[in-house]
Amino acid sequence: MTDKSHIRNFSIIAHIDHGKSTLADRLIQKCGGLTDREMKEQVLDSMDIERERGITIKAQTVRLNYTAKDGEDYVLNLMDTPGHVDFAYEVSRCLAACEGSLLVVDASQGVEAQTLANVYQAIDQDHEIVPVLNKIDLPAADIERVSEQIEDVIGIDASDAVQISAKTGIGIEDVLEAIVTRLPAPHEGDRDKPLKASLVDAYYDPYLGVVVIVRIIDGVMKKKQKVKMMRTGATYELDNVGVFAPKPTYVDELGPGEVGFMIASIKEVADCAIGDTITTEKNPTTTALKGYKDVQPVVFCGLFPVDAGDFDDLRAAMGKLRLNDASFTWEMETSAALGMGFRCGFLGLLHLEIIQERLSREFDLDLIATAPSVVYELTMTDGTDYELHNPADMPEVTKIKEVREPWINATIYTPDEYLGAILKLCQDRRGIQTELTYVGGRAMIKYELPLNEVVFDFYDRLKSISRGYASFDYEIVEHRAENLVKMNILVNDEPVDALAMLVHRDRAEGRGRQMCERLKELIPRQQFKIPIQAAIGAKVIARETISAVRKDVTAKCYGGDATRKRKLLDKQKAGKQRMRQFGKVEIPQEAFVAALRMDGD
Amino acid sequence: MSGSPRLPDELFGIYVHWPYCAKICPYCDFNVYAAKSRDTSALEAAILKDIEGYAAGLTGRTLTSLYFGGGTPSLCAPSFLSEVIETSAVQFEPDGDIEITLEANPEDITPERLKAWKAAGVNRLSLGVQALNDDALRFLGRNHTSDEARKAIDAALNVFPNTSIDLIYARPGQSIHAWLEELDSALSKGTPHLSLYELTIKEKTAFAKQVEREQFIPLGEDEQADLYIETLKLTAKRGLPAYEVSNHARSEDYCSRHNLTYWLNGEWLGIGPGAEGKLELPDGRTTTIAEQRVPDYISAVEERGTGSAETFSLTGIEAAEEAVILGLRSKRGVDRASVEARLGAPLNARKLESFTENGQLLEEAGRISLTEKGWLLADYIAGEILP
Ligand SMILES: Nc1nc2c(ncn2[C@@H]2O[C@H](COP(=O)(O)OP(=O)(O)OP(=O)(O)O)[C@@H](O)[C@H]2O)c(=O)[nH]1
Ligand code: SF4
Ligand SMILES: [Mg+2]
Repeated sequence: MTDKSHIRNFSIIAHIDHGKSTLADRLIQKCGGLTDREMKEQVLDSMDIERERGITIKAQTVRLNYTAKDGEDYVLNLMDTPGHVDFAYEVSRCLAACEGSLLVVDASQGVEAQTLANVYQAIDQDHEIVPVLNKIDLPAADIERVSEQIEDVIGIDASDAVQISAKTGIGIEDVLEAIVTRLPAPHEGDRDKPLKASLVDAYYDPYLGVVVIVRIIDGVMKKKQKVKMMRTGATYELDNVGVFAPKPTYVDELGPGEVGFMIASIKEVADCAIGDTITTEKNPTTTALKGYKDVQPVVFCGLFPVDAGDFDDLRAAMGKLRLNDASFTWEMETSAALGMGFRCGFLGLLHLEIIQERLSREFDLDLIATAPSVVYELTMTDGTDYELHNPADMPEVTKIKEVREPWINATIYTPDEYLGAILKLCQDRRGIQTELTYVGGRAMIKYELPLNEVVFDFYDRLKSISRGYASFDYEIVEHRAENLVKMNILVNDEPVDALAMLVHRDRAEGRGRQMCERLKELIPRQQFKIPIQAAIGAKVIARETISAVRKDVTAKCYGGDATRKRKLLDKQKAGKQRMRQFGKVEIPQEAFVAALRMDGD
Repeated sequence: MSGSPRLPDELFGIYVHWPYCAKICPYCDFNVYAAKSRDTSALEAAILKDIEGYAAGLTGRTLTSLYFGGGTPSLCAPSFLSEVIETSAVQFEPDGDIEITLEANPEDITPERLKAWKAAGVNRLSLGVQALNDDALRFLGRNHTSDEARKAIDAALNVFPNTSIDLIYARPGQSIHAWLEELDSALSKGTPHLSLYELTIKEKTAFAKQVEREQFIPLGEDEQADLYIETLKLTAKRGLPAYEVSNHARSEDYCSRHNLTYWLNGEWLGIGPGAEGKLELPDGRTTTIAEQRVPDYISAVEERGTGSAETFSLTGIEAAEEAVILGLRSKRGVDRASVEARLGAPLNARKLESFTENGQLLEEAGRISLTEKGWLLADYIAGEILP
């Protein structure tokens, strides 16, 4: 156990891709945590999907041993956080377990939306903040301008920002010294008081079982101890305690200010309430810690097996995945168009995409996803409230008094040449502008937007109209009552439940028309005419017709055409496999999501 | 064509591709090059050697047809044609009733050439008439007038009673009436065989570019379908019913035996640049694809004995797919049991049933074939019934 005064707990925070994980690599290397042979790029990004996409999804903690220039040995607990907005809750949790932050800013890019969002969270937590200007090896790095931005936009002193290149290793020593000299040691903590530890995170490891990450406030945690989770009341006997160095390493005990892990025979990650206070069963603490904000899924979509026979496999796969990620939720759903599946809740679109990808990759499942939707709040005429996760379940209009949808505060950061296009995009999505400021050639725009308008393709559109330069962050603020109606899509006169959606009444015609046009492109012509309609109740608000195929035959087909024709046929067959029979009509699976994509370019 | 007195059970043909034309037509996407005044002797030698190269590895086959296609093989010296015929006959025992077809452009028809071709052994002529309307011939970029075409047909028929003519219809703006009139005048020429193709805009052709630049608008699908149906009606009425999607004959005797080789899953050698062949070898049904470019083809033959750039054996499924795609085009259709045996799986029974109900498909004596209504969707139906 290390004396508190020689402990530094800190998070590395930044906008996506500004180099947090790469900096973590260098710090680990400098402190001798891994041999050169064990080292690889962004070594903490251990999931396949993190490595492939080059992003951090899951926060990681590492203990480092550092002998500072003052000759003293320090224990540094580093927390590498994800930059993407979907995983903001991971950041907030890490911040709560630390006293200081390294704010990494890419010196060639400058301050971005998540730089702001994350640093404000750190300031809220009373963190000491050390600005770190990264990527100074790049020719485009502009230290002066970015320092100015940090001072002007964030309002913290950047005169002694550490200048580094996490890639080449310049300045890493300075970072370590800054951690020791400028970040505080854990404030409170008494080894003689009853155990009080914060449950920072939990995940499932195939070898170790459920691993719980803890930060000790008071007392000590050790093997064989009987601990109690204050919120859930569950008790466990600890099998082991340890630290990530960065490999899991058992230690005798964890004392005040230390960050480490505990292992007990906990069956499911879901049994561990993140933010809960852990104490001993015999001599419990009387004061529980404040706990973290609950994470609530904000985006829902249906996941269905392509092959109905895979339903049980899908159920099992979701159970297993949830062991690792308690932030996604699911319930059974039955769709007339897609059969049996699940309605799943996610933290955001990237989260949705990742879960979907993990399900298909790690469990070899072929899935159809329906278009994402948000959570609506309904108040019924009888006064009851109701949360709607699936537009198909919308009750009869006459029974509904009010429909409320989630609104967000969005912050967009962009070079000003793209401002016009971005304002138009926000306006088109029912946005209300609340702020527009310029700082050094960049504009910061704040908008209130309905989440529903953002959830689908807003981010893609934003990236494409700004050539990737705009950054975006949001938080949900409230549910607002709006004139929302359910729009049904009828294919060959039958409503397709998986395509139903809630839309703002004023925009229903436009959306309906777009949907019908889209579907007309997506559904291949068949041997008969197929009407496609958008309707609100019994009222048809838009329609298109897919004409019948009358002729599909090659005029000239001789010996030399066999190979080419067969390849064409293979394409037709591959397409056929991706079709869902819906009544008489065959609908390609991708249509269920692609139909929603708006004003594509 | 089952039971035809002329059609042997085992079909084995040789296709010889001559890649040169006087001028490249704007709709053509074949492997062709402008003839200019080239020395073609190396190519001629390579073609002969290619046939010998294949023959070395093949035994026990009776040659049932030989087809000079292209390109414009009527530009070849008759002596070369006769060498090919002789070489083929030496390498493979010819059937007593062997069909030897030459594709010819009307402007190449002269009494001397006709005589020389006949002397070389050619017994069937396929004339690239394409239209009997001068505006249309200009549009199609042809080198002859309709008058010249009519004279060429008459002259050809004098020497080759088994003469066929090709026409391209469904041209931009063509009305049913205008086409039927043109078709009627073609029919009155009295050839025993007709190939009638809808104009198809192929990628990377001059026409494709013109369409892209909106210089003309191809006929729509509905109009094409209507024209096709009327075409089938008139030809049947005038005694030349379709025996394949686009081919018509006065009787079974005049159906092209060589082309039936393709549709009825026979074997053939693909000789000449870019030609595709199909052989039943110990490893299964095999595709050979010759080098596309003339110099590559020549050196392939010199270095490896045949002009083949690629040879691959088909899986049972692939072979069955080809049999269905091609087989459904002919009136005879495909043998269900043998296709399913190759596939190792049944055809889609639900789809077969619904196409039958729609009057598009027939199943008789174990063979599946398409009706005229079914032919309109032959490609689509093939894709649907295959598993
Ligand atoms: N040139 C240069 N590239 C760097 C430097 N630091 C990081 N990078 C590169 O920047 C990219 C992003 O680095 P990461 O360390 O994955 O960034 P991150 O902040 O952890 O990203 P997220 O976890 O997705 O938010 C990688 O391609 C790194 O190689 C640097 O100092 N110089
Ligand atoms: S003559 Fe025949 S092969 Fe030659 S370019 Fe014209 S259509 Fe094509
Ligand atoms: Mg990272």
